[in-house]
Amino acid sequence: MLLDLPFRCELPKTLTGIRGFDEITRGGLPTGRPTLVCGGPGSGKTLLALTFLVNGALQFGEPGVLLTFEENAEEMASDVASLGFDLPELIATKKLAVDYVRVERGEIEETGEYDLEGLFVRLAHAIRTVGAKRVVLDTIESLFAGLKNDAILRSELRRLFSWLKDQRVTALITGERGAGLLTRQGLEEYVSDAVILLDHRVHDQVSTRRLRVVKYRGSHHGTNEYPFLIDADGISVLPVSSMALQHDAPMERVSSGVACLDEMLSGKGYYRGSTILVSGTAGTGKTSVGAHFLDAACRRGERCLYFLFEESPQQLLRNMRSIGIDLEPWVAAGLLQFHADRPSRYGLETHLATMHRVVADFKPTVIVIDPVTNLMTVGTSADVQAMLTRIIDHLKTENITAMLASLTPGQNAIERTETTISSLMDTWIVLANEEVGGRHRRALYVLKSRGMAHSNELREFALTDHGVQVLDGTDERHRPSRRKHLPEGLGQHAGV
Amino acid sequence: MPAFEGATAGPAPAGQTYELRLYVAGQTPKSVLALANLRQICEEHLHGRYEIEVIDLMENPQLAQGDQILAVPTLVRRLPEPIKKIIGDLSNTERVLVGLDLRVRT
Repeated sequence: MLLDLPFRCELPKTLTGIRGFDEITRGGLPTGRPTLVCGGPGSGKTLLALTFLVNGALQFGEPGVLLTFEENAEEMASDVASLGFDLPELIATKKLAVDYVRVERGEIEETGEYDLEGLFVRLAHAIRTVGAKRVVLDTIESLFAGLKNDAILRSELRRLFSWLKDQRVTALITGERGAGLLTRQGLEEYVSDAVILLDHRVHDQVSTRRLRVVKYRGSHHGTNEYPFLIDADGISVLPVSSMALQHDAPMERVSSGVACLDEMLSGKGYYRGSTILVSGTAGTGKTSVGAHFLDAACRRGERCLYFLFEESPQQLLRNMRSIGIDLEPWVAAGLLQFHADRPSRYGLETHLATMHRVVADFKPTVIVIDPVTNLMTVGTSADVQAMLTRIIDHLKTENITAMLASLTPGQNAIERTETTISSLMDTWIVLANEEVGGRHRRALYVLKSRGMAHSNELREFALTDHGVQVLDGTDERHRPSRRKHLPEGLGQHAGV
Repeated sequence: MPAFEGATAGPAPAGQTYELRLYVAGQTPKSVLALANLRQICEEHLHGRYEIEVIDLMENPQLAQGDQILAVPTLVRRLPEPIKKIIGDLSNTERVLVGLDLRVRT
């Protein structure tokens, strides 16, 4: 809904080029106006501001000015160099002007009236030098530490922000989060056009960064907290995309990779863009069902992404080879990509943001998350549900078919544990181990599959050298003999 | 300025020339007042051994960065070292003298 509203009647905006951010702000920062970005130490304010400047210079042909009050400003250039930001080069080519402002704390004697015209002059000079359209002030509140007359400072800051508007520059002003206030000096009182809050929380030793648009005058904006990432690729925000359930419902079907399973799904397999839950207790063959699905997709030449939260890619490749599914060629062909992470490594939001970014980078049509239940160790079930809703929503919007493997703790809880996420699923396949006559028998059934007349049968299957082999019928007496009659390589070649 | 420095900061030794720079931004009442105040203080306390250079940032904006000027008017004592800065219209003579190390902080 957020992203689909018409853009008419909105203020002109300036793209930041920060992935996700321009979406949640519906086009970036208000053009020609100051925006305040506040957050605690290490929350990513400076990086956000610098990315805005660098992207402006490199992607949008808008030179920028950085007026920095940070004591370690010179270190900044080397810090951001790792993100591919070459500040010296930008300065040399007149795409960026940097002025390091030093306020010698307590070394300035104050006597009588003064104003901050010197600061204005410097800023105006820098803007003129490069023809700047973007300006960053980082962190202007440092002035309060250096100068004693708060009354003058406040009136001058007020003047500065309105002066910035007169200059028609799109400005980003950073501020340190204060107690009970968005910024220590209450800058939010002066910058009234747009306010962005960055937050860095640590919960159970897992850190999550979040961004919130507190205020955006004259514009629609998402009011949620959006997780964001700072990594080797810089900063990226995860938009919580439309919750409006407006995605298309494609009629196209995709094979599950197991012929008999396709048959159970009204003969054609899953719907493209649908979400499939495969649940079962440990060792019931969830990963195998997933591997079949990926294998079939790769055979069709589709790009697949496999999120692993339990095994390493090597383990998975080996294990699947043992049942006759060789995924390695698809990896080599660039059709299949693994993304393995320990669930405990990040918070849910960060996982979500990472998945979002990996999906955006690789552009798969099929993804598998295995097992999705491992993520539940990182958050409460409400959090997990919220996160899955977001990711599934996004995947549906992108028409990506997703399979989520879910580990059920005990035999009796097959259909219980997934209630938190099952409502989000289009198709639910349950795998089970049944103990009959001192022997485990594998069985599967389609618990639900929206929009199709699916089979209600409980089918026995085996994990063979040729992968998952669904056995014909349920009559145990006929099982051994029937197995021989199954077509060779049933699972593996199905769906070609 | 820490109080203990006051012990060494007596009246300037004879012969020491004061090199002063006054940064202003245009002919504002504040800058006119600051210059008048400065001239008067110098005549009284540094007669014959001071130089005043007035820099108008409106004409030379690029000079603001070098001396780290933010506020105007700003008086910079370039010599004798160390560099001292006094901001404001210099209307409080006592504080100007302290800022220039011409009087011990009381």
